[in-house]
Amino acid sequence: MSNEEKEFYERLSERGVSRRDFMKYCGMLTATLGLSSSFIPKVAEVFAAPKQRPPVIWLQFAECTGCSEALLRTMNPWIDQLLLEIISAEYHETIMAAAGHQAEEILQSAVKKYNGKFICVVEGAISTKDNGVYGKIGGKTFLEIAKEVCPKAAAVICMGTCACYGGVQAAAPNPGGYKGVGDALGIKTVNIPGCPPNPINFVGTVVNYLLLGKLPELDDLGRPLFAYGKTIHDQCPRRSHYENDEFVEEFGSEEAKMGYCLYKMGCKGPDTYNNCPIAKFNDGTSFPIEAGHPCIGCSEPDFWDKMSPFFVQSE
Amino acid sequence: MTHYLASVRAVENAVGVQIPDNARIIRNMLHGAQFQHDHIVHFYHLHALDWVDVVSALKADPKKTATLASNVSEAPWGGVPYFKDVQNRIKTFVQSGQLGPFNNAYWGHPAYKLPPEANLMAVSHYLEALRLQAKAARMHAIFGAKNPHLQSFVVGGVTCAKDLTPDRIAEFLFLWKETQDFVKKVYLPDVLAVASFYKEWGGIGGTTNFLAWGDLPESDNEPESLFMPRGVIMKRNLAGVKMASPDEVTEHVAHSWYKGDAARHPYKGETQPQPGEYDTTGRYTWFKAPRYEGEPCEVGPLARVLVAYAWGKKEIKEIVDDVVSKLGIPLTALFSTLGRTAARCIETVAIGNAMEKWTMELIGNLKKGNTKTYESWEMPKSAMGCGLNDVARGSLGHWVEIENKKIKNYQLVVPSTWNLGPRCKNGKLGPVEESLIGTPVADPKRPLEVLRTVHSFDPCIACGVHVIDPDSNQVYKIKVI
Repeated sequence: MSNEEKEFYERLSERGVSRRDFMKYCGMLTATLGLSSSFIPKVAEVFAAPKQRPPVIWLQFAECTGCSEALLRTMNPWIDQLLLEIISAEYHETIMAAAGHQAEEILQSAVKKYNGKFICVVEGAISTKDNGVYGKIGGKTFLEIAKEVCPKAAAVICMGTCACYGGVQAAAPNPGGYKGVGDALGIKTVNIPGCPPNPINFVGTVVNYLLLGKLPELDDLGRPLFAYGKTIHDQCPRRSHYENDEFVEEFGSEEAKMGYCLYKMGCKGPDTYNNCPIAKFNDGTSFPIEAGHPCIGCSEPDFWDKMSPFFVQSE
Repeated sequence: MTHYLASVRAVENAVGVQIPDNARIIRNMLHGAQFQHDHIVHFYHLHALDWVDVVSALKADPKKTATLASNVSEAPWGGVPYFKDVQNRIKTFVQSGQLGPFNNAYWGHPAYKLPPEANLMAVSHYLEALRLQAKAARMHAIFGAKNPHLQSFVVGGVTCAKDLTPDRIAEFLFLWKETQDFVKKVYLPDVLAVASFYKEWGGIGGTTNFLAWGDLPESDNEPESLFMPRGVIMKRNLAGVKMASPDEVTEHVAHSWYKGDAARHPYKGETQPQPGEYDTTGRYTWFKAPRYEGEPCEVGPLARVLVAYAWGKKEIKEIVDDVVSKLGIPLTALFSTLGRTAARCIETVAIGNAMEKWTMELIGNLKKGNTKTYESWEMPKSAMGCGLNDVARGSLGHWVEIENKKIKNYQLVVPSTWNLGPRCKNGKLGPVEESLIGTPVADPKRPLEVLRTVHSFDPCIACGVHVIDPDSNQVYKIKVI
């Protein structure tokens, strides 16, 4: 082990992370990103307990905080490691101790201090009708805040379907004229859709950025291909039942108990690009189809309108 | 998961389907896990730093902290090296100059009363709770696919028929045990320890009326079988507790940014936005103002615990009596900010305990060969229904009117609307507005004391607005001490 490496692991252990835990985590993340195992040491370098942690400004607009909650559930790394040792969450309304004017001061000073260098994460959609009057924080509309902060970021990451495409607020008849961040501002964003998204896809995107100095490869909807490159259907553990014409036709039936295919119950897995069946949620515990519920396509644009009725078979 | 549950129940009520026993039990197990998870996160991550000074923890003596910790709690971690590690971690973090979520808060404020050692202990539990909550949330994923936003409830029951296996149930029980151990050995002792330094908060931040729809049905017989009972208490008169009825609810919009000023029952509810300026004498919020028999009511853990206590619910009463006796405060001190925060923990202990019983009941059914999780139903041409729930933050109702098999009207009256709603047509203040009157504030520019009371309601205002704006208008009398 070189001296540099030694120092690195000493710094890590000062921060309460064992070398073993750390390598396990890097290995898992490398696999999620679809990189070869030779990348593990490089992923480790990204988290080399840097002297300067990358600043993150997290904006919350029209949302339910489910995406922040989803990130809190990360177990590789644990959320306290992510927040205290890996990134620097300069501004995040839910978790920050400051409130009111003190909180707004932080936003202003962080944008100034890290101009061009911070990662801006957006959670929630932006109201654009009537000058955005339907959503305000501290007297400023979401639209004004986004216009002020997002262009100064090194990258804008949309966390969740609302920030990506408008989500439930933008569902018909969309009385507040809600839009995703990219549409509302006319900028390119990295989109990590889902209701909520899997936290590993967020962490993976950030690591990719820090590791290779650029954003991961994206599809034409701004989604990282490592996570959103295949349909749910193509990765589904129940796929063989589909091929064998074994379908659930009523919840609670014998077929449901046997874990047959949910296509006839309205499953939108064939039309939905996401890695749920592989990554699963809450440290690999489950995902909707495993719990016997059809996929509702929650990571696709306009899913409230385009994927519903949720329990009717797709044509 | 709470609105999910409420919406499914509203439609079940409208179409008239009775869900099977197993579906009821699984929903209760998941709802119980929600209480455990939500209340732990609220206390440690959304409320504790109103009482705990992180910066002061740097001055603590790890030896004295270890002694204090072993005296007040049975936490599975502790000892001098442990607290030294935690303190070093905070030191390294502070020395990095990047304070992240702890930046620019009210550290050093004179209203912080804990000694450095108690602060260090609390900060270590803040960090432990961050990891514990991620594990606790896995209970939801086992029978509910994922957390947040579960996906296994449908009108008629639950979909997780394939997951009712011994290994899945055992996994659930292990996580339940670890979480409930934390609740009893760490959360409850921490609440008692912190509260003992802030007993004057037993006289600050109280309200007058309390409403609970109740929840966690232990049989088909509702509301009688609700583990957290239904009821309403007016003017703090516990002896006068009575059964609550959804017929008595109206929502006012006279001070809200909606058209008109009629007070309507949710079935007749209208939501017609009319954006306006922030005008504290006129319309000043997106919240409507819900009223029960025309009166504002506090909802949430305190309302639930008071209603359960007033009905003589044994599982709640014994914990309440224990807590007030350990703190040496009268029962009336519960009408306060301290009472609200204590009640949240009290119900977590009681509901968490009941979860074991429910899980055993599920196992018993499965042993007998009862694996039914779903009851089929038909959508009628037209129908009306309401789903009454009591969720982590308080009483939650969904009302649906169905016409031609489609939704004609849908209204929600949610906990934070009850608590944070504005004045009604008759000028009566909302509960949070009322609770802030007379709050002692040491430094108006750093109103830590106001935050304590507002946070004690666990407000969920992602879809609401700020109630106070100290710059434009001083709505509330603030007593400067």
